[in-house]
Parts: sequence; structure tokens; C-alpha cells
Amino acid sequence: MSFWVIQTLNGITFSMVLFLITAGLTLIFGLMRIINLAQGCFYLLGVLIGFSVLQSTNSFLLCLFFGIIATGILGIMLQRFFLYRFQDDHEGQVLLTLGFVFILSDLALLIWGGEPKLLPKPSLFEGSIEIGSNFFAIYRLVMILIGVLIALGLWLFIGRTRMGALIRAGADDIEMARGLGISIPILFTGVFGLGAALSSFGGIIAGPLIGAHPGLEWDILLLSMAVVLIGGLGSLKGAFLGSLLVGLVDNFCKVLIPELGLFVIFGAVAIVLAFKPTGLFGRL
Amino acid sequence: MRRWIGIIILILLFGILPHVLSRYYVILLTKILIFAIFAMSLDLLVGYLKLPSLGHGAFFGIASYFIGIFSTRVGNSFWLNFPLAIAMAVVVAAVFGLLVLRTRGAYFFMISLALSQMLWGIAFSWRFLTRGDDGIPGISRPVIGFLPWSLQDPICYLYFVLFFFMVAFILMYILVQSPFGHTILGIRESELRMRTLGYNTWLHKYIWFIISGLFAGLAGGLSVYFNGFVSPTSLSVAISADALLMVLLGGAGTLIGPVIGAGSLVLLENIVSAYTGRWLLVLGIIFVLVRMTTPYGILGLVNRSGSKEQRRHEGIGG
Repeated sequence: MSFWVIQTLNGITFSMVLFLITAGLTLIFGLMRIINLAQGCFYLLGVLIGFSVLQSTNSFLLCLFFGIIATGILGIMLQRFFLYRFQDDHEGQVLLTLGFVFILSDLALLIWGGEPKLLPKPSLFEGSIEIGSNFFAIYRLVMILIGVLIALGLWLFIGRTRMGALIRAGADDIEMARGLGISIPILFTGVFGLGAALSSFGGIIAGPLIGAHPGLEWDILLLSMAVVLIGGLGSLKGAFLGSLLVGLVDNFCKVLIPELGLFVIFGAVAIVLAFKPTGLFGRL
Repeated sequence: MRRWIGIIILILLFGILPHVLSRYYVILLTKILIFAIFAMSLDLLVGYLKLPSLGHGAFFGIASYFIGIFSTRVGNSFWLNFPLAIAMAVVVAAVFGLLVLRTRGAYFFMISLALSQMLWGIAFSWRFLTRGDDGIPGISRPVIGFLPWSLQDPICYLYFVLFFFMVAFILMYILVQSPFGHTILGIRESELRMRTLGYNTWLHKYIWFIISGLFAGLAGGLSVYFNGFVSPTSLSVAISADALLMVLLGGAGTLIGPVIGAGSLVLLENIVSAYTGRWLLVLGIIFVLVRMTTPYGILGLVNRSGSKEQRRHEGIGG
């Protein structure tokens, strides 16, 4: 019994990480209609930058701060200097982000080398609690809490604040929003940066468990694509439920049938697509 | 007339070049031809249907793996393994096609990538069948009964690949010129209009997708005999991205453009790899530069300057 509880909690932990990445993916898509393939890279860079900061300052908070700010700025620059030139060519923008996946991941390999890295756990959340006969790390509970808080925060941000209203307006009818005097370019760049920052945030809080290694950017991107294919693009609710599903399935497959993990997840994707090509909550 | 001169020059080129060039360049030329077939097959989707697939490596890799597994475990019969490998690519394309063609735009991009990554995941983790990351070595080139030469010889293998390249090119050329090809172009421009005119657009797209997978499988089969080795790299997103870049670099929707793209990219990879191990970095930079500067690829540049010249002549004439 406690096995199932522990593994479910483990799955939910990973779901929260996935949610942070796919929330960025889905926000960017909702507004700009492009898939940012570099989300996985931002995740990786967040962890790696955080790793360097942590080595020199020994503070997890600073690591979180600098990791998020640096990738956020990187995202803003990427959007502003490159994607921005192809406003109406969505396909061109997606291909550009693909080019940046290669550039950024190879640069990461060049700077940080290829050996796998784990961030040390913040000392505040060391230790574990007992569930039945098994132990469950407190840090994982904290991650779940953070994930839920971020989800709530994003939901309030999009639904209740003025900035959120601007983003929704841009996503619904960009011409109208422009006509009302909303500065679309700033909105685009800002949301792109926010997406990048969310992804690296996910990377850093999962740093003590998953860490960073070459090729991780593709693994992460692949799973987050499964999430948005199931949940539907452009919907935070879809991203959240999709993350829960994929996170749980991924975790149970890893424990029970490691060879077939991806197969089961994409089987689920196939079933969803067969009935609803835009995902459960998608808008296209 | 010009076309015939071109063909004669090409025949002379391939008649003489392999005997003049060093072994190294013969091998490089073979690689270019294999990737040219692969890039052309992807061009059928990218150029003629505007479906930028990031998972075309799936068909390439599945054919490679099929030959790899069969020829090391069952028997190295060319007449059995090669057609079956291509058939395998066709089957995979038929299954994937059912899923990916339900989607458009961003979803198509993601699902094609996701499905090919799924196959990569299987190749990577199902060690019993695929030997995982180590790959399958020792795949020998086929012995073809009626041919007097051994394909072990690089020049003979070059001609072997050249034969398939010519067949593939001519078939695809006929295909895009055929009524079927024109229907596909019509669907690319306006699917709704074609449907209103009574075409079964889904079926057209589906068959087109499968044909594209077939030629990708052909390239994969030739590639595995060429390398004598297959690893998850043949299914990876890197190989799909390579092909996509070849198509975009040369010019999508032209068939000959991807050939030029394949040539330039393979040559470039070779030059870059001689100096640095950072090929992916260079690839990414080229990718970005190509997208930023030449939306219609190398062929687009050539055509544009050609038409400019024409316009000038017309101006003088008028």
C-alpha cells in the first residue's frame, strides 16, 4: 500500500516540474501561436547556471534567483532579436527555436562539460517523513507545494490581473488588442521571457532530483510535448491536468515497466488525438 | 536543349569523377547521394504539402534497424532484407500518417517529433533487440548475384547508390509532375477548396505521406549498408533536423534544392569536423542564418538573380 502512495507522490512531484515547463510552452503558444522548442534548453541552462552560482555562493535562493533571471533575459533576447523579425511566419519562428536548441545545448556542453550534475538539496528541507514502512523526502513535498502555488499564482495572474487581461486579449484577438493600444511587441517579448523563466525555475527546483545531463533538454521537451498534446495548447488547465497524467504515467512506467515508458505515454497521446486532435482543452 | 546538356554533363561527371577522386571523396559523395534521397523524400512533405516534419528520421531509422537486426540475426539476403526494410518504413508511415495527418501546424510539428522520439526511445532502451546505445555493428554489404563487382569496393557502392538515387529522383519527379502531384499542390494552397471540388484530400495526403516514408526508408536502407553500423542516432532528432535543414537550405518544393542542400551540408560537416568537435553548434548557427537570410534557400537565390538578369535583358530589349 505504501508503495503506491509513495510512487503516486513521486509522480506528482515530477508532474509539478512538467507543469512549470508546459505552462511556459502553453502561454507562449496561446499568445504567439508558436511552439518554443527551446523550452527544454532553458530548463537545462537554468540548472547549469544555478549549479555555477551555487558553487560560488552556496545559497540556494541566489541560485534560484540568478538561474531564473539569466534564462529569462536569454529568452527575452532570443525573442527580441530573432523571432521578432518573423512576426507572421509561425513556422519560421519554430524552426528558429530549433536552431537555438542546437546552439544552446552545444554551448552548454562546451561550458559545463558532459558529466551529469545534481544540485545539493537546500539544507532547510533535508530529511524525510515516514509513510507506512517507506520514507518520503520532505523536499519532494515542498516541490509539490511550490508547483501547486505556482499554478494558483499563474491562474490568478492570467485571470485576475491587468497584465493577465492584456495577455488574454492578445491571445483572443490580436488585431483588436493592437487597435486598443496594447503594445503587442512588449507583450510578446515579456511572455516569452516569462516562459523561459518558468522552465528554468522548474529545472532548478528539480535540480536536486533530476539535475542536468546532456540530452536532458530533449527528454524534457518530449515529455512536455506529450503533456500539451494531451492537455491541448494554449490552456493552463490543460497543461496542469496533462502534466499530472504524464507525470504519473511516466513515474509508474519507470518503476514497473521501464522499457515501455515512452510507448505508454505516446499511446495515451495517440488515443487523445484520435478523438480530439487539438487535445482535451486545446484551442486552435 | 539545356536540360539535355545538363544530363550529359552529369553522366560524364559521374562517369569520370569516381575514378579521379580519392577514396575519401568517393565515400563522401556516396553519403551525399544517400542524404539527397532522404532530403528529397522530406521535401515531398515540407515543400509540396507545407508539413514541416521533425520526425522524418523515423522512417530512415526503422529501415536501417530492420536491416541491421535481420542481417545480423537471420540472414544477409539483400533481396529479402532490403525490400522488407522499405516495406517496414511504409508500414510505420501508414501508422504514423493516421495520427499526424489529423493535426495541422504546431500540432503536426510536435506529433511528428514525438512519434519519432518514441521509436528512438525504443531503440535506446530495448537492449535485447537493438543493443541500445552501443548500436549494431558488423552489417556487411549485400552480395548481389548477377553483379560482377563486389559492393565492398567504394566505387561500386557509389554506383549502386547512384542507381537508386536516379530511380528515386526520376520517380519523385514524375510524381510531382503528375495529376496526383498537382492535386497535392492544390491541397497545399487551399485544402478547403480542393475538398469542395470533390477531392478526398485526406486520402491524397495520406498516400503522399506514405510515399514520402517509402523513399526515406530507401535512404535508410542504403545508409545502413554504407556504414555497416546502426545506432539510435539514425532515429534521432538530429538526423531529422539535418534533413529538414538540407531541404530549407537548398530550397523547399523543388526536389533539386534538397539535393544541393544535402551536398553542401555533408561537405560542410566534413570540413567543420576536421577542425572542431562543435558541429552541432555550427549546425545551429547555419540553421538560424538560413532562416534569417534566405527564406527560399540556395535555389531561391539562384532563381531570383536569374530572373533579375532576365528582367534587365527585357528592359534593354524594350
